[in-house]
Amino acid sequence: MSTATEPIDEILSKSYDAGFITDIEQEYAPPGLNEDIVAFISKKKEEPQWLLDWRLKAYRHWLKMREPRWAKVDYPEIDYQDICYYAAPKSKDDAPKSLDEVDPELLATYEKLGIPLHEREVLAGVAVDAVFDSVSVATTFRDKLSEVGVIFMSFSEAVHEHPELIRKYLGSVVPVADNFFSALNSAVFSDGSVVYIPKGVRCPMELSTYFRINAANTGQFERTLIVADEGSYVSYLEGCTAPMRDENQLHAAVVELVAHKDAQIKYSTVQNWYPGDENGKGGIYNFVTKRGLCEGERSKISWTQVETGSAITWKYPSCILKGDDSVGEFYSVALSNHRQQADTGTKMIHLGKNTKSTIISKGISAGHGQQTYRGGVKISRGATQARNYTQCDSLLIGDKCGAHTVPYVDVRNSSAQLEHEATTSRIGEDQLFYCRQRGLSEEDAVSLIVNGFAKQVLKELPMEFAVEAQKLLGVSLEGAVG
Amino acid sequence: MLKIENLHVEVDGKPILRGIDLEIDAGEVHAIMGPNGSGKSTLAYVLAGRDGYEVTEGRVLYKGHDLIELAPEARAAEGVFLGFQYPVAIPGVSNIYFLKAALNAIRKHRGQDPLDAIDFMKLSKEKAALVQLPDDLTKRSVNDGFSGGEKKRNEIFQMAMLEPSLAVLDETDSGLDIDALKVVAEGVNALRGPERAMLVITHYQRLLDHIVPDVVHVLIDGRIVRTGNKDLAKQLEADGYAQVRDGMRP
Repeated sequence: MSTATEPIDEILSKSYDAGFITDIEQEYAPPGLNEDIVAFISKKKEEPQWLLDWRLKAYRHWLKMREPRWAKVDYPEIDYQDICYYAAPKSKDDAPKSLDEVDPELLATYEKLGIPLHEREVLAGVAVDAVFDSVSVATTFRDKLSEVGVIFMSFSEAVHEHPELIRKYLGSVVPVADNFFSALNSAVFSDGSVVYIPKGVRCPMELSTYFRINAANTGQFERTLIVADEGSYVSYLEGCTAPMRDENQLHAAVVELVAHKDAQIKYSTVQNWYPGDENGKGGIYNFVTKRGLCEGERSKISWTQVETGSAITWKYPSCILKGDDSVGEFYSVALSNHRQQADTGTKMIHLGKNTKSTIISKGISAGHGQQTYRGGVKISRGATQARNYTQCDSLLIGDKCGAHTVPYVDVRNSSAQLEHEATTSRIGEDQLFYCRQRGLSEEDAVSLIVNGFAKQVLKELPMEFAVEAQKLLGVSLEGAVG
Repeated sequence: MLKIENLHVEVDGKPILRGIDLEIDAGEVHAIMGPNGSGKSTLAYVLAGRDGYEVTEGRVLYKGHDLIELAPEARAAEGVFLGFQYPVAIPGVSNIYFLKAALNAIRKHRGQDPLDAIDFMKLSKEKAALVQLPDDLTKRSVNDGFSGGEKKRNEIFQMAMLEPSLAVLDETDSGLDIDALKVVAEGVNALRGPERAMLVITHYQRLLDHIVPDVVHVLIDGRIVRTGNKDLAKQLEADGYAQVRDGMRP
């Protein structure tokens, strides 16, 4: 009997909508990496000496490090001297002060992407920081946020306006020498977003950053830092796209979160970097270090990610549960189609007493896609009564893809409770036929089944993002939300 | 409504149906009985358009048009419904959402506006009552963790919602106890009407005590060997298929 994968393949080979290139005047650093380039970037940003020293320290560490090869991803050697480490849209003013000063071409780009950059769209409740290649273009709604003391600005601005904040927290969760890619990022990062929520403040709106790589042969190295002070709450959204290009592009970001006592950070990502074409040509190499520190008692950090893009994904948003009674969560949907490879998961490091973590990972593999869940749960000696629940589900579409689950568990305290569940299933010809017999097109049937599979994670996303995730998965969420 | 002429069907190159002739008019209920492996489910699948069932000879006319060339979803939109012998589960997709998507896809095909949430809920409450489908089952994932009886009731519930012109019910009685059988049969009977044709496929006569057919066909080795009225079913029950099969021998 036919396995009916051909029509599925057709559905999955839908084109990449965000693949346009913006024709805009760019300013580049020459390709290659050395101390001069690091200094060039720092100078461009008019950074203080301590930050340049910090970058150089990272760079020197990086020189001694080797690219990790333990992940189940296969890609040719990256020539780090062939990459451009700084590209910025050339603007008449070096830094646009308001939206009016932003290049209309750039705004058109964001509009094409459906990003709510203008105030009217911001009324929907999303404040946006948009990072185009290496620089932050506009941060909307800043005034309203500053009324309640929330700091939300680009990294370059924050370095000047709130140096004490940056100095205190930069590298405090992901140290410069943490890993090869984070060290590289620390040396050359060009921009990103900084968020600070003061004590007891519930951030009045969702904060959002959109990242876009536009320039060719350019790496994007952005840095995000979110600090939630005691008793505060913030929900932060991150979206990413890139044009279609035949060359691979490197993206190595670092995200650091710090949640103090009783604070909560909800961090959601919809990652739609260009995945390459169906033969695996082009696409983004996404090597990202994301880590959150639950510093205070009863703090909570929740990662939700929908990963549909990138040729290679290497990403493990993690939580260090230091404060007693702190909570870490990781909800993930990752889709690998065509020749995409994703090695993603999380680490939950339990240090405090009564710490709890939940991991829900949903991997969808289609075409020749390869998908690996790699997760670590560590219960330290002092983490009395720690608990973890892990659930890893894989869905296979067609018979040329792969799904792998690699859970690591390290328990040093006998009072810990850990649960692990894993399933692998396949979209069956019988499921598709059942849906079609009821009148649904094959495309809608695949969407429906994938949506059902990912529902547990999608419902964790804020509404605005759920809509985008729905589009990305080609799925209607009408029944899943509400 | 449905006219099958000299239908030959192969699965994996193996002939399963070898020349079926069958005509069902609107308003009629036909039963097909036969032993295991006689081709009953194959007939159901080929009418619904499942992949892998290859028509090698003959034709199927539905409302005067060739049915075989249509995709399964187009057949559904034209009013062909198959009640599955083994309904599949779709985890994470709520039963009611699934049905709403299906109903609105069919309505779209027919040039009708989609039903809004309120009208849809009203309709589904009414139809769920027909097969005594509990409210929580409409909210649970499609067939996920349903008992055998719940799955079959859910099939009839879907049929009631989609209001097909031709309903093919494949072994709707299998896996049902007598009480559940009665509920399902009552649901089916409530859907009988002058505009609707039904083809009820069953192994046992007992279903036909509750859904009384106008015509009974006996399918053996891919051919219809006997056709009669409801008494034929009773006779089969008494004598067994062997008798009919022996009767076929020269």
